[in-house]
Amino acid sequence: MTTTTHPAGRPAPAGNGTPAVELTRLTKTFGPVTAVSDLSLRIEPGEVVAFLGPNGAGKTTTIDMVLGLARPTSGTVRVYGQSPADAIALGRIAAVMQTGGLLKDLTVAETVRMTASFFGQTRPVEEVLERAGITEIADRMVGKCSGGQQQRLRFAMALLPDPDLMILDEPTTGMDVEGRRDFWNAIRQDARGGRTILFATHYLEEADAYADRIVLVRQGRIVADGTSAEIKNLAAGRLVRATLPGADQVGLAALPGVDSVEVRGDTVLLHASDSDAVARHLLTQTGARDVEITSRNLEDAFIALTADHDQPTERSAR
Amino acid sequence: MTTATATSTGPTTGRTAPRRRPPLGGFTLTALALEIRRVLRNRRTLVFILIMPAVFFLLFGLPNKGQSLGGGASATAYIMISLAVYGAMVATTSGGGMVAVERALGWSRQLRLTPLRPPAYVATKVLTAMTLGLVSVLVEFAVGALGGVRMPPHVWLLSGLAAWIGSLVFAAFGLFVGYLVPAENVMQFLGPILAILALFGGLFVPLEVLPDVMQQIAKFTPVYGVGAIARSPLTGSGFTLGAVANVVLWTAAFGAAAARLFRRDTQRV
Repeated sequence: MTTTTHPAGRPAPAGNGTPAVELTRLTKTFGPVTAVSDLSLRIEPGEVVAFLGPNGAGKTTTIDMVLGLARPTSGTVRVYGQSPADAIALGRIAAVMQTGGLLKDLTVAETVRMTASFFGQTRPVEEVLERAGITEIADRMVGKCSGGQQQRLRFAMALLPDPDLMILDEPTTGMDVEGRRDFWNAIRQDARGGRTILFATHYLEEADAYADRIVLVRQGRIVADGTSAEIKNLAAGRLVRATLPGADQVGLAALPGVDSVEVRGDTVLLHASDSDAVARHLLTQTGARDVEITSRNLEDAFIALTADHDQPTERSAR
Repeated sequence: MTTATATSTGPTTGRTAPRRRPPLGGFTLTALALEIRRVLRNRRTLVFILIMPAVFFLLFGLPNKGQSLGGGASATAYIMISLAVYGAMVATTSGGGMVAVERALGWSRQLRLTPLRPPAYVATKVLTAMTLGLVSVLVEFAVGALGGVRMPPHVWLLSGLAAWIGSLVFAAFGLFVGYLVPAENVMQFLGPILAILALFGGLFVPLEVLPDVMQQIAKFTPVYGVGAIARSPLTGSGFTLGAVANVVLWTAAFGAAAARLFRRDTQRV
């Protein structure tokens, strides 16, 4: 897991610093329902970003607006400084959609060839089939392909224009474990080339395992944005456990970033948002030993951050 | 990213050319050829546009061999031309109607993630439909020729061209229906409608055998014009301005309706 939000070694475009995606105060309403509410987000070139949220959080609506499939009620979308329509026309942006249909009566290779014909320039058909891992089924009818194979076909189609930004909307929904792993291996290999990737998912482990940065959305708003580690920290902090006879409970509780202190005999348990500072204090300023730092898993963070805010007790009860 | 890609060690090295839009809005012969191959793969479509008109000819055309119509024209030739028009109209309708299937499947949405412009998409569909229509006419004429139909060369040519070009009405009709209803089985309910229109167009029986009121109504239905024009080289009786107006107006009407729905479809975001 990368621990920086903006990974080094994936250079931004020379000079201008144009973000890959820039959403400014994006709002989308469907009648009385607000799907996306005043959402602003900036994604730098080369980032691999997970858009994580429960169903109905506004992930797909946001992605539709980035792709130009939906028009914002208000706010703006820029992709590499361009409108979504221009970005699509130039092949700068490509997507693997959950719902995008395929023609059952074409073969896999024919589907890719037909799609390739619509672009101004593309990678060779054989190359994208190879990279999506579907060379062996190139002559198979699309209607006879499994869900996972169809998804890799969509991925091959998305690779054709060699896009600067690849968007994946719940790409592994309905795949078995093996299918998901193969799919993500292909994506991951591809991301090494420096492509910006934005994927929506409600699989926490996918976000945790494959993203440099997680943007957590709930009810059309961003509720957290950071690395996987930061998100976990934000929601639940970490638990620092140490052996410290005669601990100064009040003094420890006064440390910056400490939420609560519990003393059980010689053992002291501290909930802290900044566990590093607490550990440093314990090891340098006190006689503490056997210091353990444990993190809540992402699932806890996810539930805490996306749970209904009307029930704050759920969080403080931890 | 273009510069980043060129210097990175990833799989996407080597882009030097600047990104560009496709010429002609993304229209290519590659896509057209694949579309035609797709249709020819569909057994149900082949039955409707190639086999059925041929079988109709064998059933209804051949038994009339040797008979002649009022003007001395051969009855089998008359039936053959009518069935060629019928085959072409079914073919072009199903070609245009492919839009319905593609909308139902979500392929149209997938296409919106490519630079393909909607007019280029529609042009591909119309050309696919017209190619099918041409194949249908050629097959029907071949079956007729094998079945003993003899006509002067100019009659073959002009009737064939009229049947084929006139079927543009139904390419527009297919598109119109395709944008009206997103359904995978669109041809199943279009088939009976086409059969009724063909009847009013005099393709199954000469209009003269219908009651007078029906004959008057028939003149305003969309098959009448193309049928009358396609048969005129054979009968030598010429065709009326009304027949031409019929073809032009119905094509314009279906085309305008399709364009209207198409704009609604592409703007719906």
